[in-house]
Amino acid sequence: MHNLEKKPRIAVHKFSSCDGCQLAFLNLGGDLLELTRRVEIMHFLEAGLDAPEAEVDIAFVEGSLSTQDEIERIRKVRESSRYLITIGACATAGGLQALRNLDNQHEQWRDAIYAKPEFIKTLNHARPIADEVRVDFELWGCPINSRQLLAAINSLLFGVPPIDDRDKVCLECKRQQRVCVMVTEDKPCLGPVTRTGCGALCPSFGRDCYGCYGPADNPNTASLSKRFAGLGLLPQAIARRFLLINSAAPAFHDAGLIARSGVSGDDSDD
Amino acid sequence: MTDAQPTSRRIRIDVPALTRVEGEGSLKLAIDDGRIEQLQLSIFEPPRYFEKFLEGREYTEVPDIVARICGICPVAYQMTAVKALEQAFGHMPSPWVERMRRLFYCGEWLQSHALHIHLLALPDYLGFDSAIGMATKHPDAVQRGLALQALGNSIIRLFGGRSVHPVGTCVGGFHHAPAPSDISALHTRLQEAQEYAAELTRWCALLPLPEDDDDFTSVALRADTEYPFYSGALVSSDGLSIDATQWDNHFREEHAPHSTALWSLYEGKPYLVGPLARLNLNLDRLPGAVRSNLDNTGIRFPSRNMFHSMLARAVEIELAIHEAIEITASYEYPAAPFDPVTPRAGVGFGATEAPRGLLWHRYETDADGLIKSARIVPPTSQNQARIEQNLQRSLQSFGLEHSDDELRLHCEKVIRNYDPCISCATHFLKLDLERRR
Repeated sequence: MHNLEKKPRIAVHKFSSCDGCQLAFLNLGGDLLELTRRVEIMHFLEAGLDAPEAEVDIAFVEGSLSTQDEIERIRKVRESSRYLITIGACATAGGLQALRNLDNQHEQWRDAIYAKPEFIKTLNHARPIADEVRVDFELWGCPINSRQLLAAINSLLFGVPPIDDRDKVCLECKRQQRVCVMVTEDKPCLGPVTRTGCGALCPSFGRDCYGCYGPADNPNTASLSKRFAGLGLLPQAIARRFLLINSAAPAFHDAGLIARSGVSGDDSDD
Repeated sequence: MTDAQPTSRRIRIDVPALTRVEGEGSLKLAIDDGRIEQLQLSIFEPPRYFEKFLEGREYTEVPDIVARICGICPVAYQMTAVKALEQAFGHMPSPWVERMRRLFYCGEWLQSHALHIHLLALPDYLGFDSAIGMATKHPDAVQRGLALQALGNSIIRLFGGRSVHPVGTCVGGFHHAPAPSDISALHTRLQEAQEYAAELTRWCALLPLPEDDDDFTSVALRADTEYPFYSGALVSSDGLSIDATQWDNHFREEHAPHSTALWSLYEGKPYLVGPLARLNLNLDRLPGAVRSNLDNTGIRFPSRNMFHSMLARAVEIELAIHEAIEITASYEYPAAPFDPVTPRAGVGFGATEAPRGLLWHRYETDADGLIKSARIVPPTSQNQARIEQNLQRSLQSFGLEHSDDELRLHCEKVIRNYDPCISCATHFLKLDLERRR
């Protein structure tokens, strides 16, 4: 870990995405102005700052890679940044749009939506940033929230690596003393395999977690799939649980494909 | 950057230009002998194929999927989808659900419009590149914007847990009903905000907005008694009045080579959606206090000046706060926040007013409630043809003799009037200006 300069320089870059993770900056309210006193924002198009090639201490990257142009652009971002932090599911795991990787149907989909598909130049797969360049830290979530973002910036300002909290949503849910929606209402909750960070929002609203923060550490997806089957979910419905926001994250990807193939997965429960 | 050519002098400028929009686009401008030879607004946002992801998904998953089309207006996508799916299933939402959806939508207008006015558009009028630069000279304006934006986000969080990709919406209603104590605390904050929202309208009316009258067709929803958010007939300034099911009889999507967004045309022509179109068509639906505050500014609506879009956004912030105060004043905690829905094979249409304009969805479902096909027409693809048309005329009346920088800034201001959400329909905007003399 290097200590950062007195007033570190940061950049926010966008690739294929919905712009929602950048809002973790723009939704900071008064803290946004405080942040600009502590760091110098060099590049952030939506906020009106346009210097994509400026040398920075921290580059925050939103979005997945889906065109050749984006691949060239991320290489330049990497070269001009000391630390590169991916923000959100798209940058970290390909995002919802990685659903198109699953069936290699990119060309058929493009042709179905666009009247003149020859004008559309996209790669066959939507890919996470780490597929192309080194990533120093990852902030998971769809979307990330301002708390995660400030925690990461503050850690780096103090010269320590940001805490990578890989616990499961279940732990946060229990700390909040929520009633378990799977145990009491038979809802197919992904909390047991999903990374914490959201504040257990879905269970606190009485609904089942849908995995938008991606896989937790050591997720026992095989066991959870069996539980879902026990709740009455058909293999396709179990597959859809895993193959949604983070379908390209390996743990969810594999669990989804196993469910889809109709095989019940690993029998050695633990 | 000048290329000399043997027969004519050609100036070619490639400036990274349009910042402060949601997403990425570029503008190509070629001027020959004082005449615009080429003008193209291009959207480069790589396509994300949402309509195909939706196929084969269960109806219960749709609100979470469509939210991801846009981080700034996820509520609009969710509300339009649930409306269309409920129509497909022949389900009528309860009056409580209808009212709460309206309140939820007020939150999104409030945060999106406050963000646009203060962080995206205002720096143009006060002479800054960014709101961050503007904050030291105009701290009150920036703080006011951030406070209104935060208030909008609080409303969304109450129903959705978070303001970006909220988790509370379901077909049939909401997963969760806010506690009466939370609604009452919100009510108090809304009342406090009412006066500074009214001030915002008066303040925006005093900004040096260019005189730039133009001819265009406005399209928006219009409801029986209320200002439209989530329901109403689809009407136009030239007399159209249809419901969402009849869309294809009048609107058509085309695909231009320079864009990854589809273009939508009304009766074969460009048209306007968004705050100015809504206000032009729904002036008589404004509550009395909001209307008289607007009338007192001396600026007359319906307006043909696209630069009045900023004022229309301010008026809609006032309106959203007014509506939200009314709804929160008489809140009753429901027996259940949603009514059970029985899926069936069917087709459903939804049209609602996203902050930046009309949003139209169509879904076909099978007997199990799986999506067979989906179509989505976002506001920015509807405005795209109109933006080019507007730029053509506005640049001529601004005067092509202006410097490249002045032309570029003028183009950006015109484009920002539409608050284009290029993610919905996005790359940053580069102006590619070519002059031949």
